[in-house]
Amino acid sequence: MADKILNKIYVKVWRQNSPKAKGRFETYTVENISQGTSFLEMIDILNDQLILGGKDPIAFDHDCREGICGMCSLYINGHAHGPDTMVTTCQLHMRRFNEGQTITVEPWRVGAFPVIKDVMVDRTAFEKIQQAGGFVSVNTGGVPDGNTIPIFQDDAEEAMDAAACIGCGACAATCKNSSAMLFVAAKVSQFAKLPQGQVEAKRRAKAMVAKMDELGFGGCTNTGACELACPKSISIAHIARLNREYLVAKLSD
Amino acid sequence: MSILNSNIPEGPISQKWSNHKAKIKVVSPANKRKLEIIVIGTGLAGASAAASLSELGYNVKAFCYQDSPRRAHSIAAQGGINAAKNYQNDNDSVYRLFYDTVKGGDYRSREANVHRLAEVSPNIIDQCVAQGVPFAREYGGLLSNRSFGGVLVSRTFYARGQTGQQLLLGAYSALNRQIGAGGVKMYTRHEMLDLVTIDGKARGIIARDMVTGEIKRFGAHAVVIASGGYGNVFFLSTNAMGCNASASWVCYKKGAFFANPCFVQIHPTCIPVHGSQQSKLTLMSESLRNDGRVWTPRKLEDAEKLRKGIIGPNDIADADRDFYLERRYPSYGNLVPRDVASRAAKERCDAGFGVNSEGKAVYLDFKYSIERLGRSTIEKRYGNLFQMYEKITDHDPYKEPMQIYPAIHYTMGGTWVDYNLMTTIPGLYAIGEANFSDHGANRLGASALMQGLADGYFVLPYTIGDYLAGEIMVPKIDTNLPEFIEAEKGVTTKLEKLFNIKGKTPVDHFHKKLGHIMWEYVGMARNAEGLTKAIKEIQELRVEFYKDLLVPGEMKNVNPELEKAGRVADFIELGELLARDALNRNESCGGHFRVESCTEDGEAKRDDENFAYVAAWEFKGVDSVPVLHKEDLVFETIHLTQRSYK
Repeated sequence: MADKILNKIYVKVWRQNSPKAKGRFETYTVENISQGTSFLEMIDILNDQLILGGKDPIAFDHDCREGICGMCSLYINGHAHGPDTMVTTCQLHMRRFNEGQTITVEPWRVGAFPVIKDVMVDRTAFEKIQQAGGFVSVNTGGVPDGNTIPIFQDDAEEAMDAAACIGCGACAATCKNSSAMLFVAAKVSQFAKLPQGQVEAKRRAKAMVAKMDELGFGGCTNTGACELACPKSISIAHIARLNREYLVAKLSD
Repeated sequence: MSILNSNIPEGPISQKWSNHKAKIKVVSPANKRKLEIIVIGTGLAGASAAASLSELGYNVKAFCYQDSPRRAHSIAAQGGINAAKNYQNDNDSVYRLFYDTVKGGDYRSREANVHRLAEVSPNIIDQCVAQGVPFAREYGGLLSNRSFGGVLVSRTFYARGQTGQQLLLGAYSALNRQIGAGGVKMYTRHEMLDLVTIDGKARGIIARDMVTGEIKRFGAHAVVIASGGYGNVFFLSTNAMGCNASASWVCYKKGAFFANPCFVQIHPTCIPVHGSQQSKLTLMSESLRNDGRVWTPRKLEDAEKLRKGIIGPNDIADADRDFYLERRYPSYGNLVPRDVASRAAKERCDAGFGVNSEGKAVYLDFKYSIERLGRSTIEKRYGNLFQMYEKITDHDPYKEPMQIYPAIHYTMGGTWVDYNLMTTIPGLYAIGEANFSDHGANRLGASALMQGLADGYFVLPYTIGDYLAGEIMVPKIDTNLPEFIEAEKGVTTKLEKLFNIKGKTPVDHFHKKLGHIMWEYVGMARNAEGLTKAIKEIQELRVEFYKDLLVPGEMKNVNPELEKAGRVADFIELGELLARDALNRNESCGGHFRVESCTEDGEAKRDDENFAYVAAWEFKGVDSVPVLHKEDLVFETIHLTQRSYK
């Protein structure tokens, strides 16, 4: 398992002290990195170096470091979550990079996700979309037994495929239109495949799409870039289902 | 007589909760509207509580340090959630779940709380299904179950290897509905830094806005701590980077007793430590032990060759593999509880059979189940976990066994609570991993999700009413009262103190040092000498911390280093208490293994005569020894025996 050592790499990273401040790229040299190190551990090492050198460390979002919380973001060398597929930035390892390489690190560039500091962005817009309709309106208690309604296994599996969304924002960051369609579709589609979601299906599709539009996300032009960037490989077939749900809802208005 | 009153209801175990619910007070809808509740943390416990309380009509303020409540670390739970549904017709029952949990916790949990947990467990599944949680299902459309460690029935419900994610997203959706409706005011990127008490009652908090750096005051009629455990005191753990104990710790320093801190769970199946730069450890779900077989080489020379990379695991014939869990524990085999499996792995590695270059790993092999069930079945069950493993290690677990080693995972200890989940401070509650009550000295797999949701959906919403019924005449809490001003000043002073040390060492260095001390002396095997040494070294580390800490950046801006400094300052104090508690408990039970107290065949040996109690610690000042209060554990229903999984 002996990993190779990268003697020297260059990290070109977006620095911006506050939402209103003007941003710029800075390039730092990082030495002696094992390829078994994760990308964020490399940033930790760089930050340690910056602190010891009397500089401000790079502010970035991260938490679980196992690819599930959706907190980490970063546009790395032109790819959301970096050059590897089906991983979040925190699961990206330095074995994907080469000796002497310059690694460009940027925040999500989405109008609805303003920069807070450096490469940390504000994804509150995603929260608002979920609050608009991403739920089944049941209170705690008084619900039927879990086995009362059988659900086709395939439907449950498809709902799970959609529900795997971690809300990281890579889809919107990758989309040339900054569209949040894959994110919205994942939730609408999950409920569309389940009997529990049927009662409010129309209201949900309309409310979530309206909120997405209101918050300034762009429209979907079916390029499929989001699916490729999605660390959970959520299929754009869910966007097709969202469109159908939305159309049905609108037609019955 | 202990000053602790656990408020356990009278009556037979199966009727305690019903009797209690019949007796406790209820707040009218008109009065609920006037009452405010603060909930700290939005994991399974916090999100479910905040949503349920808001549905009842209370005004809720919820806080999390992440940018969204959906990111709380419950999201990372993989394997499943237990419930006594008996859908499999395998003779499961509320009693069996209760019994398994008390036994699994090595008889150090509170019977009445555990029985209630088992009682409400079926409701959780129903609730989650109604929310649209996509649990795994059979071809007939009904819910599927799997088996987990320490039990002989299949009662674990799951959503692939992402059960925690799906349950949390369910609770998050309920929370979102309430945020949208205005019942919950959500404060993301806010960190609680102090508790405000007025006349001895919890009346609010002081929090730092992690974007602007502003210190803010928030008032409420009750405060609920649902901020999880303290596993990160070990630096390396399966917890998220931001997981911290500061909310619980400030409550401890304000008078809430802290119970059984030495009960820490070390999970047997994590990806081994790699190099010295590692920032966290990744868990491989316990569910994998359903289909994976744990082994090390039978011959020392094979282990030697594996460590040097001369041979690979697939070069070792079946006859030369020691399936040590199956050998030592024939009836439970690979599905022994976590504490047992962790110690067995350590025993093999200490004896020289470790398989990675550091000699600190064993194999978890799927070859046999792939042969039996086919690759596609294994892929369906664990695909995401296998992918995660491959991305981290660059090795394909379909082709060669996983390397695993124990790591800090969960903390059974926590803030002391009574049967109502109220702490020793009136109006202050602790739920989920943050409290201590249900898992004793060891938690069974798939029970953390169950407890978090039980507390949040079905216990706290009932019990908090009993307290709040007495508060209906209390007007909205005025945050300009001197207690709030003073608490805010205290927080500002503490942060300025950390910021102004201007030493030479960044906070992570101290955190790592603390982690080393903890893992070395307060880890999987503990003894009096090591623990005494740990206490001394931690005290020295604290002195060094306040002399040499370097916090860069600005106070009034995003400043992760300042956030970490505050958390590590608390962890250093908590680490000392943990070691002190471990030193006091001169018995082995569950995850707490004292070398001085083991049976002839190396199993943990309890001392019920002297230690069948909850150790609840009362803060007396940072430089003073805390006072130990004992809550005797009375077992009315279950007879205490030496735990055996053989």
